[in-house]
Amino acid sequence: MNSQPAGDRSERLDGLNARARAMGQAWKPRLAVVADWMTTVDHKKIAILYFLSGMTFLLIAGMEGQLIRVQLAQSELRILDPNLYNQLFTMHGTTMVFFAGMPLIIAYFNFVVPLQIGARDVAFPRLNMFSWWLAVFGGLFLYASVPLGSMPDGGWFAYTPLTNREYSPGRGMDFYVLALLLAGVGTIAGGVNFVVTILNLRAPGMTFMRLPLFTWMALVVSILILLAFPPFTVGLLFLLFDRNFGTHFFDAAAGADPLLWQHLFWVFGHPEVYILVLPAFGIASEVIPTFSRKGLFGYPVVVFSGVLIAFLGFGVWAHHMFAVGMGPLANSVFAGATMLIAVPTGIKIFNWIATMWGGKLRFTTPMLWAIGLVSMFIIGGLSGVMHASPPTDLQQTDTYFIVAHFHYVLIGGLVFGLFAGLYYWFPKATGKMLSDKLGKWHFWLTLAAFNITFFPMHFSGLLGMPRRTFTYPSELGLDGFNLVSTIGAGLFTVAFVPLIVNLWKTLRNGEPAGANPWGAPTLEWSTGSPPPHYNFAVVPRVQRRDPLWHPWIRPEEEEAGDHEDAGPGGVEPRLQPEVAPEPVVMPSNSWWPMVMSIGMLIATVGGLGSLETTLVGAAITLVGLFGWAFEPAFRDGAGHL
Amino acid sequence: MSELAPVTGIRNRKLAMWTFIGSECMLFATLISTYMVYRGRNLIGPYPHELLNVPFITVTTFVLLMSSLCMVLALAAMQQGNRRQARFRLFLTAALGLVFLVGQFYEFNHFHHEGLGLSRNLFSSTFYILTGTHGAHVLGGVIWLSTLFLRLGSGPIDAERIETVEIAGLYWHFVDAVWIILFTLIYLLA
Repeated sequence: MNSQPAGDRSERLDGLNARARAMGQAWKPRLAVVADWMTTVDHKKIAILYFLSGMTFLLIAGMEGQLIRVQLAQSELRILDPNLYNQLFTMHGTTMVFFAGMPLIIAYFNFVVPLQIGARDVAFPRLNMFSWWLAVFGGLFLYASVPLGSMPDGGWFAYTPLTNREYSPGRGMDFYVLALLLAGVGTIAGGVNFVVTILNLRAPGMTFMRLPLFTWMALVVSILILLAFPPFTVGLLFLLFDRNFGTHFFDAAAGADPLLWQHLFWVFGHPEVYILVLPAFGIASEVIPTFSRKGLFGYPVVVFSGVLIAFLGFGVWAHHMFAVGMGPLANSVFAGATMLIAVPTGIKIFNWIATMWGGKLRFTTPMLWAIGLVSMFIIGGLSGVMHASPPTDLQQTDTYFIVAHFHYVLIGGLVFGLFAGLYYWFPKATGKMLSDKLGKWHFWLTLAAFNITFFPMHFSGLLGMPRRTFTYPSELGLDGFNLVSTIGAGLFTVAFVPLIVNLWKTLRNGEPAGANPWGAPTLEWSTGSPPPHYNFAVVPRVQRRDPLWHPWIRPEEEEAGDHEDAGPGGVEPRLQPEVAPEPVVMPSNSWWPMVMSIGMLIATVGGLGSLETTLVGAAITLVGLFGWAFEPAFRDGAGHL
Repeated sequence: MSELAPVTGIRNRKLAMWTFIGSECMLFATLISTYMVYRGRNLIGPYPHELLNVPFITVTTFVLLMSSLCMVLALAAMQQGNRRQARFRLFLTAALGLVFLVGQFYEFNHFHHEGLGLSRNLFSSTFYILTGTHGAHVLGGVIWLSTLFLRLGSGPIDAERIETVEIAGLYWHFVDAVWIILFTLIYLLA
């Protein structure tokens, strides 16, 4: 068998060539799929990209949290080097806020908002993809510091002078500053995109008082992004120049105000908390009515309390700085404003409870997560009101009590909300139902693990467990609480298993979901699951807040005046037709957002100390910008969004 | 696909520019606040009153304001469909913007010569970053307006193009308005 005649060599070569050609042909369609995802402008695909990148960073940052818990399991452990510990808590916070939390909420905005307002895409589809590229490149750039062994180590809050060149001589904080500047550009672009989308692309009849709550919160959050990110951008710019070009913005020896950075950071950082949590409130306000089979109680009040939270959120930043000695007047004003925020937040909670009251409750997985959100957020909210009072805060600041508080808000609020939304909209996005049984395992395990991890931190914190310190003396007597927290954190990892199994099994052979598996009231459920590329075969006309909960309005009913706001000819399309009656032209894929983002990434890399690289990056950015500007958005014919 | 009118009555691109300008207000507000908070806190010279040349900057401010006037006239010419006038006025707008930038370059260069490097003191830090950020915005505007000028050599003057010029104008007027605030706070109050 092995002794082939030499004359067969050419045949063998032919065979190899044929196999190579076959492989090439097999790869071509796959390459086309990859190229399609790299150039897509479809908001539903971009949502999936945002979700995958956000989830990846969530898992990475979660692992960093696990390492922190391992180090703190007992007093005076030396599992992690103190420097590495500082780097890990910095990366954990920075990644969770900017590269997990933000992309995940924007994933939901992307998928849900156009569908809820009856639009076919966002206002600027290419800008949408540009924002995603920058979010990913920002995260990758931040993590490029890991193989270089110089992760940022000044905390996600990056307080000066600790982060000045003098006290942070490594490159770590430069990675932090540059990564956040890069991602920030994309975030602001996203804010512009969603404001214009929600203001301008609403279907006929979709007035503000008929807008679904999630979309309302997306609008509020987009405005928050536009107003909160610029001060942070300026702060980062100052820090960049102080560290690399010798300016003196944060140099007290040159006469600078030692608190300037803290003000600039928190005037962004506190609204950022609402940027993360208001979308979760929006998700709860969608899920709870659907599974109570009852419209949201006090809809206008819930809307206005969301707006009020956002507005007040700009006037409370200095409650992060009670301990720096601003004086009694400033402390009192910020304490009062902070306590005031409890009012609209409480209103929302009462409205969710009142929505459930007397409703036909169905305890599906999304509903459990939403109820979990309400109850866990109450705990985080209550501890928040406690340190709104400066004397109390002076006892609690820099202890694990604060760590407990903001994890109850950000996990109990944001992450529970994101999971509620995942189980709720997954059937819409994929056309398949996630297993309810596995979903409930996921929920109950997470609820238990979350509370076992973070509830003891209230006690250890009040007893003096310090934050941001790599260990603690055994005399504090905190080993017990810390060990429980660490065990809980381990369980938290286990709690992800049912989710991953569920996603895997469902994507392979899940139960098909119809257009409206939950019997939900809003427009996204009127179209197919998954929706067609153009979302809506016919542009819906909206006459009420919960359009799918009303039967077709029959002409005789309209004559009898049974429907209070049925307009002239007021027939409401309940479910979309399968096929569009007229051809729909959608915007074409584009490479330019990627080209421009790569240019900006290269320019950012140059920010580490190479002017030539920055100039090359700027040139590529400019090429991308011009290519984009001169490329028509619709290349397959005249179109309009 | 049937064309749906924008719900607000303002088309997407223009609404996006207004939204972006809102965000830019916060950017400049932060920069200006920093400058104002740090005013007079310089520990070593040179100090602002020793360097700032108010008559010279008054001239460049006038130049920038005239470029805003040209911008208005360019848009008017676009609306009348007068290609030659529109191109000339767009060119003039960009050229005046460039003159302003040359003035800024000269000013920076002169300050540097007088011993005010970027890293000299608190005044140099805040002054260069604030006016430099504004200058970068002017530079972006000059590139944009030059592109519009070059592209207007051919093709129809339709509603789309008129709107493009209008949106560039919104940006340009915003950048000018910011300069009026900077001129007042930095130069006149020094």
